Amino acid sequence: MAKFVRRRAVRFARWNEQRVGAATGIRWMLRYVFPDHWSFLLGEIALYSFIVLVLTGIYLALFYIPSDSQVVYHGTYAPLLGEHMSEAYRSVVNISLDVPAGLLIRQTHHWAADVFIASILVHFARVLFTSAYRKPRDLNFWIGLTMLMLGILEGFFGYSLVDDLLSGMGLVIAYAVAFSIPGIGAQLAFLVWGGPYPGSGRFLNRLELLHILVLPALIAILITFHIAMIMRQHHSQFPGRGRRERNVVGTPMWPAYALRSIGLLRATSGVLFLLGGLVQINPIWQWGPYHVWLSENGAQPDWYVGWLIGALRLMPNFEPSIGNVTLIPNPFWGGALFPLLCFAVFFAWPWLDRKFTKDHRRHDLLTRPRDRPVHTGLAAAFLSWIFAIYAAGADDRIFYRLHINYTAQIHFWEAAIWVVPILVFFFTRGVCRSLQRSSAHPLREWQGEIVSRRGDGSVETLALSEDRIEKPPSQAPVGTIPGKSTKE
Amino acid sequence: MSPQEPGHFRRFARMAMAILAVRRLSETEPVPQPELPPRPAESMEAGVDPSERTVPANPRAETLVAVLLAVAGLFGLGFLVTYIFEGLNTQLLGLAVGGMLLLLAAASIIAGKAVVPQETSVEERDALLEPTEVEGVVELVESGGEGVSRRGLLIGCGCLAGAGVLTAAATPLASTGPRLTPIHETPWHRGRRMLDERDQPYRASDIEVGTFYTAFPEGAKWDQVGGPLLLVKLPPTFLELPRQRRAWGTEAQGILAFSKICPHAGCAISLYRYPTFSPDLTGNAQPAFTCPCHYSTFLPGRGGELVFGPAGRDLPQLPVMIDGDGYLRAAGGFDEDVGPSWVNVHRVGE
Repeated sequence: MAKFVRRRAVRFARWNEQRVGAATGIRWMLRYVFPDHWSFLLGEIALYSFIVLVLTGIYLALFYIPSDSQVVYHGTYAPLLGEHMSEAYRSVVNISLDVPAGLLIRQTHHWAADVFIASILVHFARVLFTSAYRKPRDLNFWIGLTMLMLGILEGFFGYSLVDDLLSGMGLVIAYAVAFSIPGIGAQLAFLVWGGPYPGSGRFLNRLELLHILVLPALIAILITFHIAMIMRQHHSQFPGRGRRERNVVGTPMWPAYALRSIGLLRATSGVLFLLGGLVQINPIWQWGPYHVWLSENGAQPDWYVGWLIGALRLMPNFEPSIGNVTLIPNPFWGGALFPLLCFAVFFAWPWLDRKFTKDHRRHDLLTRPRDRPVHTGLAAAFLSWIFAIYAAGADDRIFYRLHINYTAQIHFWEAAIWVVPILVFFFTRGVCRSLQRSSAHPLREWQGEIVSRRGDGSVETLALSEDRIEKPPSQAPVGTIPGKSTKE
Repeated sequence: MSPQEPGHFRRFARMAMAILAVRRLSETEPVPQPELPPRPAESMEAGVDPSERTVPANPRAETLVAVLLAVAGLFGLGFLVTYIFEGLNTQLLGLAVGGMLLLLAAASIIAGKAVVPQETSVEERDALLEPTEVEGVVELVESGGEGVSRRGLLIGCGCLAGAGVLTAAATPLASTGPRLTPIHETPWHRGRRMLDERDQPYRASDIEVGTFYTAFPEGAKWDQVGGPLLLVKLPPTFLELPRQRRAWGTEAQGILAFSKICPHAGCAISLYRYPTFSPDLTGNAQPAFTCPCHYSTFLPGRGGELVFGPAGRDLPQLPVMIDGDGYLRAAGGFDEDVGPSWVNVHRVGE
């Protein structure tokens, strides 16, 4: 059996080689080295969520009808019987309640979208805090940020296609934000929606085209570039035994790494399908169809738009105007300027880093967050500013659950979003510095504290020099407590 | 051909280089690169060769992987069986396919960790920057323009052509949207009746104090930003309308109409606090409309005045009248533009 398989494999390889001549490339691929660190798997989770998204999305597209023509519901879900709704909404209710396995696929698709963006974000944080964005990875950093933006947009388009109450409330806010762009806002919104809100009958077709073709294709192309760049440059790696700037130490692709990575693909999709089967998400039949005169405050959008809701809610009613003519409508600040500003800062981050450190060198070894206390503090402070604004978007839920006055909460956050980042900066910088001082450091040869017992039986801890490279004294004290030593 | 030609030519080639960002690269990193000081981040043990390879002999792990694979296959068949007999049972379907995938995950991770050879290997990175290569590419690009004399003319006309191509490519986009002319229009004008959700016209006697009603324009599209209205009736104690609109409060027995669409982000206003909202937190309670999206709060008794939240202007008000049969009708248009603001939106003058 084994011999037969081998013979076949060799024959196939020869067949392939005579036509493609790829043996050298394949050999290089199979020996390609991946550094071993759990945090390098975060990006893989995003990639595998994307695969689940594409496969489940194709299935959903087989059933979805992007039409806003009004129909009357006569399906199996009694509470909606006789309701006027769009054909689009009816088709999604049918996918959810009448198509066998339809709800499983729909909920898995929705969960995968949430996990996709979450894993990109955590991956991004890892890259930011370990300074992995430095040359030569700044280009790939920008590709990744672009994918994060596209992913948020793609997810928003996805839940907007359903045309339930939640979709409509999200879309009208998007319309208002587009409307508020100075100069071209109204024209732009009319172009996209095909007229004043809720738009012409073609709007859902346009949205579907963007959601199932244009944006996924863009993301797929960017993923290809992202991975090609990684393969060209190799992964960055943490410093350690045998690891230098110009090499990469780890597990070769074949066989161990390939099996582990396939395992991660299967684990990611397995968890997503379990979530899709067992944990309800966006029960659209409960929200009901959308009409411009309907709204409610119980339907919550997906987590990745929460920062924008927080910004829109927290923004004071500042709307510059001359006489009775508005210059810049209010939704522009929270809905357009705020996200653009956040992404602008992140896009500029590698450049700012070079500007302030004057370090133009290529970096393939990562820096642990604690070794750049100010940088880590700044990154944490900026992220905490965004997350404080995000948290402000949950104030109505807090009012609903805990009965804390909404107005008072808003006033609290108006101050907190400025205070929190400052506190976070000093706290993070302090933690980094104290970690540098007090805990084991894998970059240095020997760690630990020297504890010696005096003649009278009392115990004394010997202080070490600041850089702590010095070795323990040769005449060994009575007992040493070694730290996490990397020395064999 | 003047002898200066090669100089011109070089300048052109440099521009091409800038486009390729090659130039920037050579600026930030002077070539040949001087030797840099050793990096502080490198470990003291960086020089050690960590390569190792161990071949496991672990029949128990192999058995475990085989069992996991077989059970995963059974879960896959279980999915089919569930689909046939319990096709709408999302939980069972999810357990079957999710369980299958997780078992497969366990099989491949165990195989990767305990069945196949474990290897730590070292690979050298490419230098990426090959100064001689960059020079070579630049020279190649330069050589492509050899003998071309009227470079300025060609570049100018090329830019013109590019602008033309872009314009032509963007033009059809204009057909995706209509003109902006309907932006100020709403279906409401003097005499139009107000309908309830069952298509019945509202009578003044239908409107009670303490709640709000949604009204729609008779004979016009409901699903538009200017369509739906909020109707409330306020007792005289709460009627503090602005001076120019004072008559709007008494004309229809204290029945007031407002656009239902929030002038902030366009959500439908669906919360009415009667009369529990205190704009200055002093306990001086007033009836208030609140939008559930971003909680902009407006006082109907003061003509839709914004008292809290991010909206940039007041809630548009519509005058109401009662006809001879007791039906509610619009007595005119809104006092300002409805829906989310845009640049130039018409707002109530102070």
